[in-house]
Amino acid sequence: MTRPIPPKADGADLSPPAEISAGGDAPAASGDLADRLRWFAPGTHITIRGLNKTFADGTVLYRDFDLDLPRGKVVSIFGPNGCGKSTLINMISGILDYDSGQILFDGKTARETKIGYVFQNYREAGFPWLRAIDNIRYPLKFLKLSQAEKDARVEKLLASFNVSIDLNRYPYELSGGQQQLVSIMRALVIEPEVLFLDEPFSALDYEMTLFLRDKLQSVLTEMQITTLLVSHDLDEAVELADEVLLLTRKPTSVAARIPFTAPRPRNAEITVTPEFIDVKARSLEIFQREVRKT
Amino acid sequence: MSDKLTKYLPRMGWIQPVLGALALILLWAFAHVAQLVDPVLLPSPLESWNAFVEGMTEGTLGHDFWRTIVRTMLSFAIATLIAVPLGVALGSSNKLYRSVEFLIDFFRSTPASAMFPLFLVFFGIGEEAKIAVAAFGAALIILFNTAYGVMNARQLRQLAARVMGASRTRILWDVTIWESLPQTFIGLRSGVSMALVIVIVAEMFIGSSDGLGKRIIDAQMIFNMPEMYASIFAAGALGYVMNMLFTLIEARFVHWGGK
Repeated sequence: MTRPIPPKADGADLSPPAEISAGGDAPAASGDLADRLRWFAPGTHITIRGLNKTFADGTVLYRDFDLDLPRGKVVSIFGPNGCGKSTLINMISGILDYDSGQILFDGKTARETKIGYVFQNYREAGFPWLRAIDNIRYPLKFLKLSQAEKDARVEKLLASFNVSIDLNRYPYELSGGQQQLVSIMRALVIEPEVLFLDEPFSALDYEMTLFLRDKLQSVLTEMQITTLLVSHDLDEAVELADEVLLLTRKPTSVAARIPFTAPRPRNAEITVTPEFIDVKARSLEIFQREVRKT
Repeated sequence: MSDKLTKYLPRMGWIQPVLGALALILLWAFAHVAQLVDPVLLPSPLESWNAFVEGMTEGTLGHDFWRTIVRTMLSFAIATLIAVPLGVALGSSNKLYRSVEFLIDFFRSTPASAMFPLFLVFFGIGEEAKIAVAAFGAALIILFNTAYGVMNARQLRQLAARVMGASRTRILWDVTIWESLPQTFIGLRSGVSMALVIVIVAEMFIGSSDGLGKRIIDAQMIFNMPEMYASIFAAGALGYVMNMLFTLIEARFVHWGGK
């Protein structure tokens, strides 16, 4: 990985030129690489610059990809199959290497950032040798906190989720939904700066999905964490999002970014409001347009 | 009558596992009584049982039994201490594993008994040779299984720990080793069986003064058949109990295995 010209973490003296929108695609026109790397809109948390990723078989997935992601917002990533949605969040979160380019969180690397990640496959992501409660506690050992502070964190989290499951059980003794709830709490207990959700509900039944979505929604509203969600379910993607990020087929670029500003907390009932329907219809249109391109 | 049967049969559930054993003893007794086999070669089950009880209470069977246990456990312990850390190291480095894979496979396929002379040359005819050769045989199985378990650990859990900020060493300790435990235990269980087999054979053929193997071969030479059957039974019981103990320990330590 090359890391050209790290932007300063402190954005105060870097007020960006007015013509650069949050879309982050304007600087490319300026032609000046250094500028493109340095400038980003106020309120930006994650900056991706010149990202390149080619698979071993030669398929180019990302070429010179730029993206700015806003702080404290939930961004849903939606796009055609195989366009690299999961690959993108895996590269951002630092669990997948990229060929070149730069991904920074307020100027910090992923290793220097507190990251929460919820995997789709909760069965293979939890630690079955630890009780559910110890699974939730586990990531706290990487933070410099006293035992009392750690306990307080866990207590606070459990209170905000208000769960009724027996956390002294082992993960394999819990239902799928309960296991995923444990995964979500494990990701949130460190009070992450960024939360990644990779199709967190797609392996669960609908009732459990609705329940977890509501829980997650209310906790995220409370905690104001920058969140990236990959979802195959457009209703879910829109309902949870402050912004829907639509991707093209590979080599992948941003097809559109559609804001969804309905007030929170939201629940499944929001899906019948005109604003929701409008955002969903526009997203769907762009999605279908991208799918049809060959 | 059939009512009574259906009423009592469920309560007799415990009897099922011993039915096969009972059948074998009955067959044995029948063969003995009917003199299907020379009675010198096939004493009655009762004679053999008496030889076992006598040997255990008054005779030296108890001592031999104990010596075999000690040798097996000692060689197993040595094998575990060497093979588990080595297996973890091999499993966590692909390059390292590739470079010794052939060696492990080769020696794993070499019958340990074929190595007896070699170990005799190096360790002499004393206690050491027997323990060393048994440890060698067990270690290869444990090593192979541990390395295999580490190599095949699911990647997702390691990624989950990595994204939380765990270092490579932390991931190895907190995730990979745990993840490999079910496979390691398979190796340990096979290893302890292998150690027992080799110890018994070594006691037979590498000048031993005690142990079940020595006792079996001695009894055979002087045609003391009840004694021989008693010793074989003791060896079988030992193997069975060891395996059962391991299964219990495994169920406790790797409770998540297969789930």
